[in-house]
Amino acid sequence: MKIIVPVEGASGISEISGSLGRAPYYLFYDTEVGVATYLENPVADSPSGAGVGAAQTITDAGADVLLTLRCGDRAYEVLREAGIKVFLAPSGDAGSGIEAYLQGRLSELTDFHEGHHHGAV
Amino acid sequence: MKVAVLSGKGGTGKTMLSVNLAAASGPSTYVDCDVEEPNGHLFFKPDESSEETVSVLVPRADRNECDGCMACVRFCRYHALAYSLDRLTVFDDMCHSCGGCAEICPRKAITEHPREVGVVRTGRSGDVSVYTGTMNVGEAAGLPVIRRLLEMTALSYDENIFIDCPPGSSCSVMECIKDADFCVLVAEPTIFGAHNLEMVSELVRVFGRPYGVVLNKVIENERDPSEEYCLDNGLPILGRIPFDIGLGRICSEAGIASRENVVFERMFREIYEKMTEMVSR
Repeated sequence: MKIIVPVEGASGISEISGSLGRAPYYLFYDTEVGVATYLENPVADSPSGAGVGAAQTITDAGADVLLTLRCGDRAYEVLREAGIKVFLAPSGDAGSGIEAYLQGRLSELTDFHEGHHHGAV
Repeated sequence: MKVAVLSGKGGTGKTMLSVNLAAASGPSTYVDCDVEEPNGHLFFKPDESSEETVSVLVPRADRNECDGCMACVRFCRYHALAYSLDRLTVFDDMCHSCGGCAEICPRKAITEHPREVGVVRTGRSGDVSVYTGTMNVGEAAGLPVIRRLLEMTALSYDENIFIDCPPGSSCSVMECIKDADFCVLVAEPTIFGAHNLEMVSELVRVFGRPYGVVLNKVIENERDPSEEYCLDNGLPILGRIPFDIGLGRICSEAGIASRENVVFERMFREIYEKMTEMVSR
């Protein structure tokens, strides 16, 4: 199973990011291999649509599960379309979050916030 | 002369001033670009003669043609497109209608389709042509409606066009002032008002537009931070509108002061003449 978590740093004990779209990195953990890798978020500084861009990165990475503190409605639409399950992560370090998920202690995120994007054109 | 009336915050008197300027300056065109909540028509009560819907183009992919190369997804700077499994998802309200995705698609699988975002109404009130733009409820961006309004009124034969701008100093205001011959900044006598005046005055200077300030709700012998800002920074003052109960009453009853009262007519007329003088200089 492939788990993805938005994180603040790309090494060591990384804090789960408070923002799905604006997180600088995504921690990618493949339970079969047991190795964590980091993906850079190409849309972290995007003026708009970061959530959708992030969802695309997560989809392209082939993740099965996303652990996050928050998720916007548009990003969720993309993730749901791709069959990726979204779980509410506890704040703190990503490793503990993944552990909690694997122990079945996390529940699916049910509250998706509205987009913050600014007006088009 | 094309005059844009703007202010850094709502409630300073943009609509009151632009409506009265239009009414006091002879045959003219009044354009309500405050498309989130256009109020000018409440004063003019125009005989509405036409209504036109405003649409923008949004992309749709032909699933049989799309092979999932994601060239469009990578191209879209606004991330209005996402691809997952075998389907392209389009977030219409994030699309800027640039048409780039359709252009870049190697299989020509994307076509553009109109999506209604608002409406423009036109009508007459005395010798004023009234144009009102209204966004559809739930829309995020008013710019397409504003652009259509300005396109339509660019063809006006009237000598004067008054553009009632949305509040603030964002891109929709920029659209309204970029082709204006003159900008009128309306300011309130409060610290907050002066702060917002500073923001819009910076904006009109960036655009290199000639401009002047109208101080509204002026109370005699009381401190006016907006006036102080003008004096300290050399901003030309076009006029002072008093915090007057008579004017307030006419406005609150959706009347047009310069049509109802000669004193007010003269006051607005003088503001108009002052800006004409500045433009011709």
